[in-house]
Amino acid sequence: MNEDILTRVQNNPKFKELVHKRTRLGWQLSILMLAIYYGFILVLAFAPNVLGASLSGGTTTVGIPVGIFIIVSAFVLTGVYVRKANTEFDQLNQQIVEDAKQ
Amino acid sequence: MKSWTKTLCATALTGLPALALAAGAFEGEVTKQATNWHAIIMFFLFVAFTMGITYWASRRTRSASDFYTAGGGITGFQNGLAIAGDYMSAASFLGISAMVFDKGYDGLIYSIGFLVGWPVILFLVAERLRNLGKFTFADVASYRLQQTPVRTFAATGTLVVVALYLIAQMVGAGKLIQLLFGMSYSSAVVLVGILMVMYVTFGGMLATTWVQIIKAVILLGGASFMAFMVLSTVGFSPEMMFQKAVAIHAKGAEIMAPGKADPIDSISLGLALMFGTAGLPHILMRFFTVSDAKEARKSVFYATGFIGYFYILTFIIGFGAIMLLLDQPSMMETVVKNGKEVTQLIGGSNMAAIHLANAVGGDLFLGFISAVAFATILAVVAGLALSGASAVSHDLYASVIKKGKANEADEIRVSKITTVVLGVIAILLGLLFEKQNIAFMVGLAFSIAASANFPVLFLSMFWKGLTTRGAVVGGFIGLISAVGLIVMGPAVWVDVLKHETALFPYKNPAIFSITLAFVFTWLVSVLDKSKSAIEEKAKFDAQFVRSMTGIGAAGASKH
Repeated sequence: MNEDILTRVQNNPKFKELVHKRTRLGWQLSILMLAIYYGFILVLAFAPNVLGASLSGGTTTVGIPVGIFIIVSAFVLTGVYVRKANTEFDQLNQQIVEDAKQ
Repeated sequence: MKSWTKTLCATALTGLPALALAAGAFEGEVTKQATNWHAIIMFFLFVAFTMGITYWASRRTRSASDFYTAGGGITGFQNGLAIAGDYMSAASFLGISAMVFDKGYDGLIYSIGFLVGWPVILFLVAERLRNLGKFTFADVASYRLQQTPVRTFAATGTLVVVALYLIAQMVGAGKLIQLLFGMSYSSAVVLVGILMVMYVTFGGMLATTWVQIIKAVILLGGASFMAFMVLSTVGFSPEMMFQKAVAIHAKGAEIMAPGKADPIDSISLGLALMFGTAGLPHILMRFFTVSDAKEARKSVFYATGFIGYFYILTFIIGFGAIMLLLDQPSMMETVVKNGKEVTQLIGGSNMAAIHLANAVGGDLFLGFISAVAFATILAVVAGLALSGASAVSHDLYASVIKKGKANEADEIRVSKITTVVLGVIAILLGLLFEKQNIAFMVGLAFSIAASANFPVLFLSMFWKGLTTRGAVVGGFIGLISAVGLIVMGPAVWVDVLKHETALFPYKNPAIFSITLAFVFTWLVSVLDKSKSAIEEKAKFDAQFVRSMTGIGAAGASKH
């Protein structure tokens, strides 16, 4: 990449917007995923009885839907990111690449 | 049958020494089973078909880019399946269902640990990796740093991880095949080694990827069928399944709740799994097989879906095995362990999914699932071999020895020679380690990936201040501390070396070794006032623009 293109991209407000939005969403979702998972680990470590309690009087325990929820949440969060990135971010990125060529 | 159970668990539960130890309760040899013709015929069909694909791929593999990354022409969906395939090892299938069979809910906890690293890889790493790299993760780590030291470090990290993983897979394959097919251990190890070399040397990444995709599809199909059959016996009511399982299991209602775990060990394990995944060279390499960042992110989305679905299936399969196998005297055997007679599933708990296949689908389906389990090992070792070979040819030969001036044909030749050498080494180590306790090896591989490869890769992309000196010193400290703490910990010091108590109390060192790696990488970088350090920091802006926008990134090759 030559200096010209570099400065042009860096000075493009769209680039700043892209970096800001993408970085923020990436960290927000990462922190959410980490919070869900480590929240689960901490409950396992310090209050395992919560997960072992019966869900609604039957054999199924609270832990089962919680476990399934974490698996599903991992998939849903990746879906949220990909959706946002494929539409909004890619469009913005496309414009930045076009601007850089001129 | 201790070594067998441990081995399989190790291979299976990648990174779970604690678990492998908990699950292993047998001592002695694996008994060779009667020859299983259904399984052997189906396995050879798989081999014949994948060899056909390898032939097809070999005609399309000409350039270095074709060889290492299938020319970047794999789609996000295909790559997602292949990533899932890399993750759903034979042992993951057999080991996690065995864990559920033995302990119930704890099996689900471990599988969750394996899954949650994926979203974080997507949010923070996947696109940058694709935009910056070409063939190996060292391309990214050394992007603005000095090639020779950083690539030497990255190649070392790669080869250590690949070697440990390969040994675990080879030993697991040998034992598994003895049990499933009735073949001898040594012929199984040699067969796996030869097929691995053929896939990689002739078909490169294209063949390796397709072998992985086909295997992922048949494994998901087979596991879906089993879970469906299990649920159909209880009228599709999970509550009914749990009730029956609790009624029949020796541990009763305990299988519905988490067992006891040490908080530090649990958190450390979680870190090793999460960041280890983001530091496994054969997984990182997959991101270069797609055409651009968009396809890279799609691959993680699909992979997360397939892997999550697969873990839900193994959970159902484990409970199905409790429900349908435990009250069948014909499925049980009595063995002597530690001087006591114990009744267990024939071949041990790791056979739970295999016996369940027989129970729900008869002999033919049993053969199918056995063949799938073997096919899975082949696909995983092929990916490992390719990753190890590319570290030698692309990082060491082309970049360090030839200083980036190697011609492509030579580079590919070195890669193929390395694959053959790796094949021979893998076979020899597989034979050598047959009777060894290798439960710690995959745990070690994950810890090293998390403590050496990941911190350097992550900081190279996210932190302007990283310098060559910091990366190399910090990376090697991560590597050495992960190895040292595992050797001093209970998995090696007590279980392998037979000492009374461990020097280091935790089974999983990741929380300490990852911290050490990050702290030293930071400290050495900050203290580095050399001229080259200033230049390296200055190059960050251009790297950052490329990592964000993909301007200048390697695209897909056109044929």
